[in-house]
Amino acid sequence: MEKTGLNINIQEEQKIAQEHIKEQGLRVLVCAGTGCVANGSMKVIEKFKELGADVAVLSDYDKMTIVPTGCHGFCEQGVLVVIPDKHVTYVKVKEKDVEEIYESHIKNNKPVERLLYVDPKTHEHVMDDEHINFYAKQTRTALANCGNINAESIEEAIAVRGYEALAKVLEENNPEAVIDTIEKSGLRGRGGGGFPTGRKWRFTAANKGGKSYIVCNGDEGDPGAFMDRSVMEGDPHKLLEGMAIAAFAIGADEGYIYVRAEYPLAIKRLRKAIKDAEEKHFLGKNIMGSDFSLDLHIKEGAGAFVCGEETALIASIEGERGMPRPKPPFPANKGLFGRPTLINNVETLANVPVIMLNGADWFSSMGTETSKGTKTFALTGDVNNTGLIEVPMGTTLREIVFDIGGGMRDGKKFKAVQIGGPSGGCLTEEHLDIPMDYDNLIKAGAMVGSGGLVVMSDKTCIVEVARFFMNFTQNESCGKCVPCREGTKNMLKILEKIVAGKGTMEDLELLEELAQSVKDGSLCGLGKTAPNPVLSTLKYFRDEYISHIKDKKCPAGVCTAMKKIVINEALCKGCTKCARTCPVGAIDGTVKNPHHINQDKCIKCEACLTNCPFKAIVLE
Amino acid sequence: MSVENPHKIDVSKLDEIIESYGAKKSNLIAILQKVQEVYRYLPEDAMIYIGTKIEGLSPATVFGVATFYAQFSLEPKGKYEIKVCDGTACHVRGSMPVLNAIRAKLSMPEGQLTSENGLFSLETVSCLGACGLAPVVVINDKVYPQMTSDAITIVLDTLMKEEA
Repeated sequence: MEKTGLNINIQEEQKIAQEHIKEQGLRVLVCAGTGCVANGSMKVIEKFKELGADVAVLSDYDKMTIVPTGCHGFCEQGVLVVIPDKHVTYVKVKEKDVEEIYESHIKNNKPVERLLYVDPKTHEHVMDDEHINFYAKQTRTALANCGNINAESIEEAIAVRGYEALAKVLEENNPEAVIDTIEKSGLRGRGGGGFPTGRKWRFTAANKGGKSYIVCNGDEGDPGAFMDRSVMEGDPHKLLEGMAIAAFAIGADEGYIYVRAEYPLAIKRLRKAIKDAEEKHFLGKNIMGSDFSLDLHIKEGAGAFVCGEETALIASIEGERGMPRPKPPFPANKGLFGRPTLINNVETLANVPVIMLNGADWFSSMGTETSKGTKTFALTGDVNNTGLIEVPMGTTLREIVFDIGGGMRDGKKFKAVQIGGPSGGCLTEEHLDIPMDYDNLIKAGAMVGSGGLVVMSDKTCIVEVARFFMNFTQNESCGKCVPCREGTKNMLKILEKIVAGKGTMEDLELLEELAQSVKDGSLCGLGKTAPNPVLSTLKYFRDEYISHIKDKKCPAGVCTAMKKIVINEALCKGCTKCARTCPVGAIDGTVKNPHHINQDKCIKCEACLTNCPFKAIVLE
Repeated sequence: MSVENPHKIDVSKLDEIIESYGAKKSNLIAILQKVQEVYRYLPEDAMIYIGTKIEGLSPATVFGVATFYAQFSLEPKGKYEIKVCDGTACHVRGSMPVLNAIRAKLSMPEGQLTSENGLFSLETVSCLGACGLAPVVVINDKVYPQMTSDAITIVLDTLMKEEA
């Protein structure tokens, strides 16, 4: 195929952009992701800007530039302030700390120790990312630029090789070769299913000729997952570039990014990014002077989890109820508005430019036999370091929880990790050392899913967690197919019964039977995977179900119905406050004599417990 | 097509909204989102109007779409929209006590969407993607991180004082 002469020299643009970054002088990166904004990063930025006016004092630099970046991933330690030239990462920075950082470190080169990260194991202050375990053990590709560049500046994206891959691809003008590279790289869909990306592209490309669409699935609905949000907020141009390369490969000239409405910041940054890219002719008509054109639109979701399923997502873009339909026909043949459509997840597309730049071999050198490259995980729950991480496929759970995550919080005991959200399952201590990839996790009864990792301690009730997920999927079931609509409802009923201490052993059998039917009979991925949290917890924590049923006890002490609130007679002074507080009149007693709780009447609201001046009321 | 306007819905405003997105079926969700932003809910008459105005739609289809998506409300929402995140991370770190504290503070029993004085509406959402800050409460787009029963009570007190 003939090479195309482009009317733009991306290397030249890169040089100029890099020069401009040098001219910024001392770069102070302040995280402006959703998490840090909530912790007040806008005020921190303002304060820095105020101080920055006084530039004469910066001996080595003639200027200081405050760069609001996307998510650094270490949300819990926000607001994060990174000064790369000084090799320092400050955590939990508040507006009032800014002046000290400026006076002490920026002006006088004396780090502010109290704002450094403290290692939870060694209790030592750590200066920079290279020494913070949370970062040191990660390999960032999809997230490489998140937190290092101004997310709202296309120039900063260009400086870190943004759109270089697109220019290369357009110059070579060989769509087939692009698909070959992606196929060879071994990239698999990062949205959950793990379908080989290259193969999906090839299927769609086979229908080339008429109108085709590219769709980016940014409907990150799994509770506990926020990697796609971070990419869209922190490095939107990487996603746009990935989409453009994919569109070129399959012959699409129009595309949609479907973003959930709960991500307003991501929507705002993507809109700006599209506009900036169009102005530079990196999107729109005749991109970079080639024959290839691509129009991108943003569609806001309206709060329906099932729209993460590709056929439901298509229905939603078309303005309909977001209900899935049976496949085939697959979207590759008949998708959006009845045309061939390629749907990829945000993280999948963010990997594309990097693969095109560094080659398929580079990408496939990371990971395991069947799962190549890196995967982002949202690490949350009872660990010390919560946040967004990216590690090579095959990393063990132990490395993630105990090295990157810094171990369990408040000295709690590790019990399980819930992986893959409402479609995934629980992994226990025995799984800590298996290399995590698509296939190993399926074998263990879980799945990579979108990559939510919620660490749970012995203070978390597994049955309650299963009920929580079932409640979620039941709520989100669209109602189209019977197994999912009725099955999840009845599974939830049984779980509620067990949690309330009213379950029987027959219920447990029925629960398992139902789980299997819902799994086998449901139309789409939502129903097919909805029973996973129940099945995997029944497999690994059956004892806990049984103690709820037989002993009427919740081993973690979470389930209200099995809680017992009692008054310690030795401590009770008979002040009558509890009896007056109790909304249901369950407490008897006379003045100056120990009181007593009538367990049949008690609704376990704990109002007496929080109001007792003598701490005489306890939870048993 | 001209439609009679039975109630006090400002048709010119609706026309303006439909116009700005384009009177196409595929823009229905965006149009409804904008209408909800203006009225803080989807008035029935607005849905009927949109359903008759846009080709390929009927009021029933519009109603079907409006009831499918969690974001749309057919009842007026309060001036302050409180969203309590009950995603996994928030749930594990105690979002339920926070929700109960809000219900107690605003005297809103389970199932009630909007407070008696119409100031506050309350709902749970499944995940706001701010899991590192769990548990999270969002009031009109402002994120309140790492909430506790006490902390949210103080937040609500401040808002109530402003309104008093």
